Amino acid sequence: MLAAIRPGEQDFALLLHLVGATVVFGALLASSTSLLLARGDARLLRLGYFSLLVVGLPGLILMRLAGEWLYQLQHWDDVSERFGEPSWLGIGFVVADWGGLLFLLSLVLGGVGVHRLNRGNGGVGLLRATMVISLVLVLAYVVAVWAMTGKPE
Amino acid sequence: MTFEDWIFALHLLSAATLVGSLVMSWIVIVALRSVDTVATTLGFNRVAMVGTVTTAVGLVGAIAFGIWLAILRDAFHVWDGWVIAAIVLWIVATLALWRSFVEYAKGVEQATALPAADWASPSPAVTASNRATTGLVFRAVGSWRSC
Repeated sequence: MLAAIRPGEQDFALLLHLVGATVVFGALLASSTSLLLARGDARLLRLGYFSLLVVGLPGLILMRLAGEWLYQLQHWDDVSERFGEPSWLGIGFVVADWGGLLFLLSLVLGGVGVHRLNRGNGGVGLLRATMVISLVLVLAYVVAVWAMTGKPE
Repeated sequence: MTFEDWIFALHLLSAATLVGSLVMSWIVIVALRSVDTVATTLGFNRVAMVGTVTTAVGLVGAIAFGIWLAILRDAFHVWDGWVIAAIVLWIVATLALWRSFVEYAKGVEQATALPAADWASPSPAVTASNRATTGLVFRAVGSWRSC
């Protein structure tokens, strides 16, 4: 992965952006798989939620902040509105920002679900909603990686 | 997008899948260290198996599309020093990860050898198996070399 990065002043910001993206992608994979295969096992349900909270959230924050830093370093702000932003950048922002909101929603739903699970008062349905959102986000991240690497017109 | 752009995108997508899968496998490995029953170990193993499959997909995709890209692009070649170094690191990572998967499979095999009636009860043998260091060390080496 690191071999793909070329020397330049933006290397460190790009490295942090990639680390954050892969960490959040891995956490989403772990979360959705654990919740999907839990079969009612409370430990796997908790693993699914806490993967998102403890690993995914810091990764998301790192990815977004480093992405913003990279945006400033590459002077995308200075590009005239007449030319507009390239579509790959737009896809990246949609997945990071709207995906981030979905991510936070899944954390809230999952948090209530785990709380209910700990009190023996259900919660599996809410964690299933967290699983669905995680699966949607996994697909969104695959599209974002394709867009940001392939840079379609 | 040109054909070459697609190969490049698939190469990086495979690399992202590989690193994401390794993050996933580390989450499972760390959580597994506190598991003391066979039933829960088997549950964690189901999740780990998905991580193993996605890691294999990432490893194969990264090397296959990487070599294809090196052949397609005029700017670099398969025999360039950094490309050869990347292939050697890929081989080391693949061997270490393979050995790690085998070690964790052994632990699951040992756990399921216990009588089925005891699968829901905490067992020191299961805890010891889930905390074994050999698989952990190989996973660490494989993860490090993959990055």
